[in-house]
Amino acid sequence: MAKTTAAKVRHHYSAGTIIWEIIKYASVILCSFIAILPIVSCVITAAKTPEEYQTTNVMTPPANWLNFSNYLEAFKTANMGTAFRNSLIILVFVLLGSIIIGTQLAYVLNRFKFPGNALIRNMFTFAALLPGIAMQVVVYEIMTNLHLVNTMYGYIIMMCGTDVMSIYIYIQYFENLPVSLDESAFMDGASYFRIFYSILLPLLKPAIVTNLILKGVGVYNEYYCANLYLQDKRALCTVATSLYTFTGPLGSQYNMICAGVIMSLLPALIVFIALQNQIYSGVAAGAVKG
Amino acid sequence: MEISKGWNARKKKQLQVIIAFTIVPLFLLILFTYYPFLEMIRYSFYNMKYIGPRKFVGWRNYVQVFTRPDIIRTLLLSLYYMVGSVVQVALALYLATIFCFKVKGENLWKGFIFFPYLINGIAIGFIFKFFYTRGFVLDTVLQVIGFDLENLPYWLKDQKINNWSLVFTSIWRYMGSNMVLFLGAMMSVDDTLYEAASLDGANKWQTFRHIILPSIKTIVTLNIILSITGSLSAFEPPYVITSGANGTGTFFVVMNDIAHTSQKVGLASAMAVFLLFVIIVAKFVQDALFKYIFRNADTDDESADVARARKKAQKAAARKAKGGA
Repeated sequence: MAKTTAAKVRHHYSAGTIIWEIIKYASVILCSFIAILPIVSCVITAAKTPEEYQTTNVMTPPANWLNFSNYLEAFKTANMGTAFRNSLIILVFVLLGSIIIGTQLAYVLNRFKFPGNALIRNMFTFAALLPGIAMQVVVYEIMTNLHLVNTMYGYIIMMCGTDVMSIYIYIQYFENLPVSLDESAFMDGASYFRIFYSILLPLLKPAIVTNLILKGVGVYNEYYCANLYLQDKRALCTVATSLYTFTGPLGSQYNMICAGVIMSLLPALIVFIALQNQIYSGVAAGAVKG
Repeated sequence: MEISKGWNARKKKQLQVIIAFTIVPLFLLILFTYYPFLEMIRYSFYNMKYIGPRKFVGWRNYVQVFTRPDIIRTLLLSLYYMVGSVVQVALALYLATIFCFKVKGENLWKGFIFFPYLINGIAIGFIFKFFYTRGFVLDTVLQVIGFDLENLPYWLKDQKINNWSLVFTSIWRYMGSNMVLFLGAMMSVDDTLYEAASLDGANKWQTFRHIILPSIKTIVTLNIILSITGSLSAFEPPYVITSGANGTGTFFVVMNDIAHTSQKVGLASAMAVFLLFVIIVAKFVQDALFKYIFRNADTDDESADVARARKKAQKAAARKAKGGA
């Protein structure tokens, strides 16, 4: 887009154009630099031996970029093997659960008129306004009474609930799928369950991908509830909470901490590189509703 | 008779699927959101801890919300985050506009600026504790460009600057996602408009003013309002970086402390209800404002034809302005 603009402009370099080009690249490069500086400084520090870390400035490049000893150390100390496994299990079940729940609800809300339809929509909209962290006081009591504290499935159930934003994304997508599709299948004798699972759900794939990304990022990075409800920090840590290991007495060993931090964001980085465009459109779609 | 029977059977089947598909989400919503919400309102009238006797105190907790100095302080603190979010939206808008024109290596720059959004809060906490440590990353960079370490403040301790340091981390984290959001809205504009504008010799400012801005004003307004209400509920930066020490405790951080450390569950609940009240009021103001701003229906929803006609008129006006100048 706007490529033609630049091509046209190239023929006559006016002073204004040159200044604009300079401002443009200066802004972009400066902002990119600020965005990656904190991360790059972690990569530098993570590759330093303890002696190097003690004696050199933080921004001095390490003697050996391929020094992985801090990574191994951090991986062991923070129990990150378990953390990655737990985070994966949580991600799989929460994403599966929330997609089933969310698509089903959106299907019913979009395709059928029934008393309570508007009420359910409003309930989800209003729920988005409620301050979540504030209500953990009560949620904690509920979780305790249901014996769900300190269990992986308890945390998974809690995270499974859907939210107004994903429902909205699904409903928007359902609106583009013609009702005649359902009708003809119904005339052929398919049940509503069958219509949903074998006809509509496969067509919903783009909306599901969008929600997978949004929810996936949220779940992988969630730490407040994980910290509150998965109290056995050895066996039940997630990637986000495993980093808590580095507070306290280990709090100043930044070469190890940085290695842990970098490891925790590697999965996000890989997914980001692979799915860049879907992530951008997911963010754009999700935020329209706020 | 046959038809109505078939109709009834159909209604029955519909009812089955409606119940089957709504019962789980509603159950979860009520269990983890509405029941806690109602309980929270009830708790806000009690003087209570997690365990032990509860005493009904009427409005006393609410009176405390407005009179305890540590809570009033946090309300002033949210002004920092409000300023920060305005800066964030403005910067995101500026960068998105730049990316609307041709930029070499666009995907790489965009990726760099967006990526912080995907990092978890705890990792961000460590990254910035490290970043701001005396003599570490930020100080080193500032020394390179000519500052003297002696004159640099302690970024997280000095109360003159530490809240700005935290606000910066929030901008660092979320600005990229705002940018992507705005860019998405800008890209939905018909390409021919940009071409027409360029053929017509419109300059960058005119392109921005007449093509880009109209396409995104809804989303920009929405985001400004969202970030203003969001600044009251700022939580993560102080929670993970300073734990609210040295005067950086925001409303949520103080509430979290009151709920878990001092175990004043009633007071914490009253704070939460107060916050919710503010959010709801802000929502009404936002809706009213939107109705007022877009009362002429000059919104994104206008048809392509109308847009094109408007474009033409604007181009003509632009040409006139140019000729005059």
